[in-house]
Amino acid sequence: MKLKTVILAGTALAFAGHTALAADMTLVSWGGAYQASQKNAYTDPYVAQNPDVTVIWDESSPEAVAKLRAMNEAGNITWDLVDVEAADSIRLCDEGLAMEIDPDTDLADAPDGTKASEDFGDMLVSECFIPQIVFSTTFGYRTDMVPDGVEPPTSACDVFDLEKYPGKRALNKQPIANMEWALLCDGVAYEDVYTTLETEEGVARALAKLDTIKDETIWWSASAEPVQLLADGEIFMGSAYNGRLFSLIEEQKQPVGMAWDWQMFDLDGWVIPAGLPEDRLEAVKKFVHFATDTQRLADQAKYISYGPARKSSAPLVGKHATLGIDMAPHMPTDPNNAKNTFVNNYNWWADYRDDLDAQFQAWLAK
Amino acid sequence: MSALPPYASPLQRTWFYTFRLLCGLIFFFLIFPILVILPLSFNAQDFFTFTKEMLALDPAGYSFKHYHDFFTNPDWQQALTNSVLIAPVATLLATSFGTLAAIGLSQSHVPFKSAIMAILISPMIVPLIISAAGMYFFYSRIGLQGTYWGVVLAHAALGTPFVIITVTATLVGFDRSLVRAAASMGANPVTTFFKVQMPLIVPGVVSGALFAFITSFDEVVVVLFLGSAGQKTLPWQMFTGLREQISPTILAVASLMVAISIVLLTVLEFLRRRSERLRGMTPG
Amino acid sequence: MSNTANAEMLTTQDGKPLKAALSRALFREKMRSLMLIAPLLIFVLLTFVAPIVDMLWRSVENKIVSDTLPETVVVLQEWDPATGEAPDEAAYEALYNDLKIAVAEKTHTRLGSRLNYEKSGISSLFRKTGRRIKRMDEAGPFKEQFLEADGKWGDVEVWQVLKQLSPRFTGGYFLNAVDAEQTPEGIQMKPDEDRIYLFLFGRTLFLSIMITISCLLLGYPIAFLLASLPLRSSNLLMILVLLPFWTSLLVRTSAWKVLLQQQGVINDFLVWIGLISDANRLVMINNQTGTIIAMTHILLPFMILPLYSVMKTISPSYVRAAKSLGANDWIAFWRVYFPQSVPGIGAGAVLVFILSIGYYITPELVGGTSGIFISNRIAYHISSSLNWGLAAALGTLLLVAVLVLFVVYDKIVGIDNVKLG
Repeated sequence: MKLKTVILAGTALAFAGHTALAADMTLVSWGGAYQASQKNAYTDPYVAQNPDVTVIWDESSPEAVAKLRAMNEAGNITWDLVDVEAADSIRLCDEGLAMEIDPDTDLADAPDGTKASEDFGDMLVSECFIPQIVFSTTFGYRTDMVPDGVEPPTSACDVFDLEKYPGKRALNKQPIANMEWALLCDGVAYEDVYTTLETEEGVARALAKLDTIKDETIWWSASAEPVQLLADGEIFMGSAYNGRLFSLIEEQKQPVGMAWDWQMFDLDGWVIPAGLPEDRLEAVKKFVHFATDTQRLADQAKYISYGPARKSSAPLVGKHATLGIDMAPHMPTDPNNAKNTFVNNYNWWADYRDDLDAQFQAWLAK
Repeated sequence: MSALPPYASPLQRTWFYTFRLLCGLIFFFLIFPILVILPLSFNAQDFFTFTKEMLALDPAGYSFKHYHDFFTNPDWQQALTNSVLIAPVATLLATSFGTLAAIGLSQSHVPFKSAIMAILISPMIVPLIISAAGMYFFYSRIGLQGTYWGVVLAHAALGTPFVIITVTATLVGFDRSLVRAAASMGANPVTTFFKVQMPLIVPGVVSGALFAFITSFDEVVVVLFLGSAGQKTLPWQMFTGLREQISPTILAVASLMVAISIVLLTVLEFLRRRSERLRGMTPG
Repeated sequence: MSNTANAEMLTTQDGKPLKAALSRALFREKMRSLMLIAPLLIFVLLTFVAPIVDMLWRSVENKIVSDTLPETVVVLQEWDPATGEAPDEAAYEALYNDLKIAVAEKTHTRLGSRLNYEKSGISSLFRKTGRRIKRMDEAGPFKEQFLEADGKWGDVEVWQVLKQLSPRFTGGYFLNAVDAEQTPEGIQMKPDEDRIYLFLFGRTLFLSIMITISCLLLGYPIAFLLASLPLRSSNLLMILVLLPFWTSLLVRTSAWKVLLQQQGVINDFLVWIGLISDANRLVMINNQTGTIIAMTHILLPFMILPLYSVMKTISPSYVRAAKSLGANDWIAFWRVYFPQSVPGIGAGAVLVFILSIGYYITPELVGGTSGIFISNRIAYHISSSLNWGLAAALGTLLLVAVLVLFVVYDKIVGIDNVKLG
């Protein structure tokens, strides 16, 4: 009798848990300070207006393409909205794993009536991409570990200078950005970087350049990792997303500086998985419409130093929500920071990612 | 080795104490990493190392804030809830199937016994990454990937070998003449089972259940692949935390989990002694 | 019983032959035990064995090429790569027809990714061509138009990969998993710079052996001490072994992360006592050292427990007898005690080795790039590179290795004798 009660209670509990989970909206993002800014700027106000919605966050964006493919194969989509980089969005769109959207009907117009397609402009890099932010991958370094009598690093190329700046480094465990920097810092002209990378010799040259610092490098895969390594003093300098470095420096007051030169510009935004059931699609479209309007995108910049993807949001960017400092000088697009920038060619990467990834990972595993 | 005889030579004495010291160091290696996280989880700072205040035993260097964070942070609470929803159900499945099978296996004539045993034990032997990969592909095909039941079924499968092993172990010393005695006195097989066998195997069942529970409660590889955000368990959250936002909250969680381990260990030890006493062996 | 046949046949009370009755009883007993086992057996077969078999299937399955390019595959059967020339117009026309459908269904990019595993560069070729296909003239000539879209379409090697992967099953993933490839001249090893899997298998083996040896060196004295102490004190000390055993893997891995970091507890301590300077902190994490230390700690109980259970059965009177016959302590241990403990060493070593060879979490968190195992590579192919076939092939090879070891373990210990705690 007792056992029976336990079994019944257990099963009831399980079913209760199951059904509760099924009614939620699952958003996939990158974790850390970035996800927190999305929570503050988008979901918290949205849930305040729609108390029946429960948001579940999944930090699976690094594996988004794989998981979406598995879900697609099974015909069982458990995600509602996925935050991905521009190149991944192109790839997902090409494979039919993300849903095509119509910016003018699915997204909100600017307050002055400008159509969304015009307000987002060039940022709409694929038919499935709902842009949110412009971010950059740049370098942070420990100010207290700069050797005496040496200028602090100012450029991405300083990461290759082991003599001037000894110590551990951290780089992203993927070819994007690393390959471009390697060639650029090896003397290849800015315009020629991608054409060089299309050749076998170009790839070999980039890997040879990376070889010079391989032994001193910790490879990160989650975007909060390099920031944590900097905070712990485990590395001297490392590549990280500029918004993460901002929160490390300004919010957590760590002795870290930024080397802005040759920062790598990229876009980040939402895609809606293809094949969502009607009711969930409607719910997520409603959320997207809300979360990408001019005010919401500008609000996000209060929490993290990424540039909003709408032209109409730019003038609304003000001060940090809690620190009260001006956000503009911390944006990657600020003239002081953007003296030398590298614009990630996401279309090129959508084409060549498989090729370069295979070679880069083989190199890394040795 | 148990004690030094009075006639031991100086060399023997030296060796005796060196050996004890060596063993002490190895025990230190075993236990220190677990003990070191306890004080660090009370760190008032967001660091992973001992601060000056902590070394000086200044109360200001210590605080409960990381525990407070664990109990108030919705991410951690959700993870705890998910673990609590998944582990008991997986345990229940593993224990009920496993116990029945163990009783079946302990009969004297089981055809293909070793083949069956090999299949039933296989979830424990196959490397987790392979189980996880296989389940990821297969459960994707049948639509269980990223669902609550997918994770529960996978965890139950991983837990069954432990139940089989522990229950079989309690049945090994089982005196079959007890069953015959019961039968000869007119008890039917069902009554015999509940009145004679059951009380003897209960300790085995419970310790098997504990193993199955801890298997699910600690499991991270399979859930990483099979689960989606709705099934994010405590170990998954810890794994994400270790790779990403490393905060000493992880150490607070770790300390709580050590406490859980101690409780489980104690229960298990108690059960073992009880089982041996019931079967007429001297408790050891 | 041999004379029962000659004697008058024995019967049960109700007149049935005893032999038949006995065998019926035996049959019933067998069925009863099978009925008890059946639920779990079916459960394990469905939830665990089927996925593994499915994975083995994936390592040879290759229907994507013939499904996406059905016409091309047929035309290519006629083509002989040995001529050294790209196929004729018919193949290009078939490719055009196939790709038009594939592009509409958005399957050509996936095929490109698949073919890219065999030859780097095909993924970008398919993507580029996919964008051009809508603008191609339906009337042909197709070869010219394809070559215009991308010169690589004139490359014999590209066509050869297509032809080679036309069958619905392939051994290609397994070849890849052992750093080999199919060339027109037969199966050959890949060029040196592209070989990684044999190297990774080797490293997995090396690290697992190192971990097993470390566990043995640390575990043997402990098991010896526990076996020779009186029960009361050995039970107390046993807790020190069982507590780590019962503590979550992630807890222990986090603990090692805290200890081994450059700004971690051990380095802080060494700097504080002045053994190393602040500038020369030891690097003990994100490399092989980190993996070996952390995994030795995690697997040590799996060495101690089987060793202890064997040593417990060695009667102290043997050693006493050896000593009374004039052996000194060392000889008595080495010639008498140690040989009797060898089964325990075998059991513990195989167990630790089996467990370590398939480890994933700990190397991932503390291993950096030099301390990772083949498992980490499998995980990478599942979740990042999406080369699921290769992941399955690598997994199958690892599985075979583990099963072989398991058979060895079964011979030494017997599965029935596995003990826990």
